Amino acid sequence: MVMREVKGMLSGLGVTLRTMFEPAVTVQYPHESEDPPIRARGVIALKEESCTVCMLCCRSCPDWCIYIEGHKEKRPPRREGGRERTAGILDRFDIDYALCMYCGICVEVCPFDALFWSPEFEYCATDIRSLLHDKNKLGDWMTKVPEPGPLESGAQVKGKK
Amino acid sequence: MSILALDIGWGTTLAVKTLVVMLLIPLGALIFGYVFLFKMMAHMQSRLGPMESGGFHGWFQLVGDGIKFVQKEDIFPEKADRHVMALAPFIVMLSTFLVFLVVPAGPRIVVAPLDVGVFYALAVSSLSVIGVVMAGWASANKYALISALRATGQLIAYEVPLVLAVVGVVIQSGTMSLQGIVLAQRDGAIFGWDGIGHPFVLTQIVGFTLFIVAAQAELTQPPFDMPVAESEIVGGYMVEYSGFRFLLFFLAEFGTAFAFAALAATLFLGGWALPGVHGGAADAFGPVVVLVKVMFVAFLMFWARFTYPRMREDQLQALAWKWLIPIALVNILVTGALKVVF
Amino acid sequence: MTVTPPGFEVDPSLLRHLDGAQIGVELDNGDMVLSMGPQHPATHGTLRLVVRLDGERVVAADPVIGYMHRGYEKLTEFRTYPQVTTLVNRIDWLSSFANEVPFVHAAEKLMEVEAPPRAEYIRTALTELARVATFLLFLGEMGLQVGAITPTFYGFRDREYVLNLIEGATGGRFHPNFNRIGGLKDDLPWGWVAECRSAMRKVLDACDDFEDLVLGNPIFEKRTRSIGIIPAVIGASYGVSGSNLRASGVDWDLRRDGEPYLAYRDLDWKVWTHPDGDSFSRYWVRLQETRESARMVLQLVDGLPSGPIMAKVPRVIKVPPGEVWVSTENPLGEMGYYVVSKGSTGPFRVKIRSASFSNVSILPWLLKGCYVPDVISILASLYFILGDIDR
Repeated sequence: MVMREVKGMLSGLGVTLRTMFEPAVTVQYPHESEDPPIRARGVIALKEESCTVCMLCCRSCPDWCIYIEGHKEKRPPRREGGRERTAGILDRFDIDYALCMYCGICVEVCPFDALFWSPEFEYCATDIRSLLHDKNKLGDWMTKVPEPGPLESGAQVKGKK
Repeated sequence: MSILALDIGWGTTLAVKTLVVMLLIPLGALIFGYVFLFKMMAHMQSRLGPMESGGFHGWFQLVGDGIKFVQKEDIFPEKADRHVMALAPFIVMLSTFLVFLVVPAGPRIVVAPLDVGVFYALAVSSLSVIGVVMAGWASANKYALISALRATGQLIAYEVPLVLAVVGVVIQSGTMSLQGIVLAQRDGAIFGWDGIGHPFVLTQIVGFTLFIVAAQAELTQPPFDMPVAESEIVGGYMVEYSGFRFLLFFLAEFGTAFAFAALAATLFLGGWALPGVHGGAADAFGPVVVLVKVMFVAFLMFWARFTYPRMREDQLQALAWKWLIPIALVNILVTGALKVVF
Repeated sequence: MTVTPPGFEVDPSLLRHLDGAQIGVELDNGDMVLSMGPQHPATHGTLRLVVRLDGERVVAADPVIGYMHRGYEKLTEFRTYPQVTTLVNRIDWLSSFANEVPFVHAAEKLMEVEAPPRAEYIRTALTELARVATFLLFLGEMGLQVGAITPTFYGFRDREYVLNLIEGATGGRFHPNFNRIGGLKDDLPWGWVAECRSAMRKVLDACDDFEDLVLGNPIFEKRTRSIGIIPAVIGASYGVSGSNLRASGVDWDLRRDGEPYLAYRDLDWKVWTHPDGDSFSRYWVRLQETRESARMVLQLVDGLPSGPIMAKVPRVIKVPPGEVWVSTENPLGEMGYYVVSKGSTGPFRVKIRSASFSNVSILPWLLKGCYVPDVISILASLYFILGDIDR
C-alpha cells in the first residue's frame, strides 16, 4: 500500500520532468504565427459588384449589426425596345464588428454570393467605434478570401459552392 | 574585527556585512524567482515563460515586477489595524535576513560564525509565523483570517520535524556550528572510506528527505500551501496587501526558499566544500559551489511544488504528527546508536 | 426601505434562503458567513456561494445564481431557427456543438425530416469531439482546484488539437454554428479524417498522462475520495445527470437508453460507471469517458458513409405547428429543449433544460458538514458551466 503511494508520487514527478525537457508548444506571436484553417471565420468580405441590395443579410443577422443603405437606378433595357431595368446601387454597407457574432448566417443567406469569409483576424482596434467597417474596407478584404478547399472523400460534390 | 584576512574597523565590518546580506537576499530571491518560478515552471507546463522583457528570455521580468510593485499605492482597508498590518511584512522579511547571517560561503566567508549556528538558524526562521498571523488578523478580511489560522497550525507543526531532522546531522558532526558541520563533511569518512568526504545526504538520507518536506511546509508551498491556497482563499494572509508590502511578502517567500535551500545544502550536501579543496581555493570557489548545491536543492523543492495538489489542513497535520515526527525520532535513535558503535 | 404594495406580500418562508446571506466582518452567533463569489477562482464563473462556517466546517451553503442570466428563452421568441442555432452555441460554451444538436433535432422532428447518414455521422463525431474538448479542460482544471497547477496547462495544450479539428471543419473553434435543419452546413475539408486520427491518438496519450499526474497521485486521492458522496437516489431526485450520476453507480446514458438520436446505435462503445459517488469517482468516470469518446470518434471516421450532408429542405424554413421535447446526453449532463412552434420561421417558445442548473441544486444538501477545501473539490468535481446554469 505504501509502495503504491510512493509509486503514485513518483509517476507524477516523472510526467513533469519529462515535459520539462520536451519543447514548449508556445507559438511566439507576433514573431511567429500559425495560419488558421481556410474555413476559419476571421472577417467578412464584401464583393460589391455582386450585391443587389436585397437586404437579406441585414434581416437575417441575429445581432442586426449590418447597416445597409441603397437606392435604385434605372438601367437601359437588355434588348432594343424592351422594358427599362432597375438596379440596386449600394450606398452604405457597414458591418459593426463590435456586435458581430461571427455566426456566418449573412454569408450563407446571400443569394448572390456577395459575402465571403476570410481567415484574416488581425484587424483589432483601440477604439470600439473604429470596429465599424465600411464597404471599402470590406471590399479590400476580398483579396484575403481563400479558395474553398477540396472536400473529404465520400462527400457529394454539388454544382455550386 | 576582520573580513577574510583584512583587518578593518568594527563599524566598517558591520557596514560591509549588513550590505552583503541586504543585497544578497533580494538578488537571490530574484534569481530564484526567475529561474524556478518563471522558467522552470513554464517548461514543466509545456510553455515558455517570459520571453520579451529585457530581450533575452525575459530576464528583466521580475525586476520590472519589483519596480511595478514599488510604485503602487499602499492600500489599507478601512477596518484594518494599520500599524500591525504595516509591520507584518517586515517581520517576515526579518526572519529571512537573519538566517543568512550564519550560512557560510567559504572557510572564512561567513557573516557571523556562531558556535550554535544550527540552533540559531532554526529558531530565527520561526519568527515568520508571527508576521503571518499579524498579517492575517490585521487585514480585517475573513479569507486572511482563515489563512492565518491555518498557517499557525501548519508552521508550528512542521517546526518539529525540521528540527529533529537536523539533530541527526548534529550527532554525526559533533558540533552545532555550521562551519564545523561543513568541515566535518569535507574531512570526514563514511565507515572508513574518505574518497568523497562524508556528505551527510548519504548517511542521513532520511534526515534530508524530512528536512526538505518540512522546509516545503514551512514555506507554505504546494503540497502544503493551505494558508495561501490560491484557488480557495485567493492569496490568504497576503490578500489585502498591495504595492511595496506585497513585494516584501513575495521576496520573503523566495528569500526564505533560498535560505532553507542554503541550510539544506550546508547541512547535508557539504556547503562550500569540495573534497580535496582547501585554503584560498576554497574561498574562491566556495560561493559558486554553494550556489550550485542550493540550486539543486531548490530544484527538488520546486519540482514537488509544481507537480502535487495541496493537502487538506487536517491531512497535513496528520502527516506531520503521525509520520514525520516518529520517523525523525527513529532516525535520531539509529544515528545515535551507530555513532556510539562506530 | 421598500414598501410592499398590498397583495404583493411575499410569504416569509420563501425568504428563508436569504437568512445568513449577509456580508460583513461581524461574526454573528459564533458562525462565520463567507461569501464565495461571484468573483472567485474556485467557482467557475459568476456563481456566488454563501456558506455559513463553524471554524472550517460548513454548516449551511446556498448557491446564488443568476449573475449570468442572458435571457435566452426570451431571445428565442424573436429569432428564426438559424439565428437561434447560433445563439444556443453559447449556453454551454465549452461543448458548444453539443448544444445545437437537441435543438436542431427538435426542429427536424417537427418538420418530419431526417438528416442523411453522413450528416448524422459527422454530427456524432463533432459532438464527441466537443465532449473530449470539454472533459480535457475538466481533467486539467480539477487538478488546479485541488492545488496542482500543472495539469491545467496540459489540459489546454491537448485541447488545442481538438479545437483545431473543429475549426478546420466548421470555421469556429468555440462556436461552430454548424448544424442546420436537415443536416450540416458544409462537408468536411480534405485531410480532416487523417488529422482527426492523429489528434485522437494524442488525446489518448494525454489521458494516460492525466492518469499518472493526477488520478494516481495519493494526495489527490486523499483530497477526493469519500468527499462529496452523492447517493444515487438523492442524486436522481435532485435531477443530477450525466457523469455525476454515473459516478454514483447509476447505469443511465441517454445516448444508449433514451430516444435514439445521432449515430450511437452503430458504434461499439460502453457506458462507464463507478460505485462510489465521491469526487474521485466523478473524475475517474470523466477520464474514462474521454477515452471512450476518442475511441468513438476513431470508429466514426473509419466508417464514415458517403453521400449528401443535407436533406431536401426548402430555402426558407417554416416549421409546422406543434410541440416537441428532445433531450440528449451533453457533456455536462442531460440537456433538453421543449420547442413550441406556431408555423412561422422562428420558434414560438423554447424552454431550455440545462444540466448544470439541476447539478448545482444539490449543493445545499451536499456541502453540509464539509470542510472549506472540500467545498472547492466538490464544486470542481460537479463540473458546471455558469452559462449553462443561468442561460
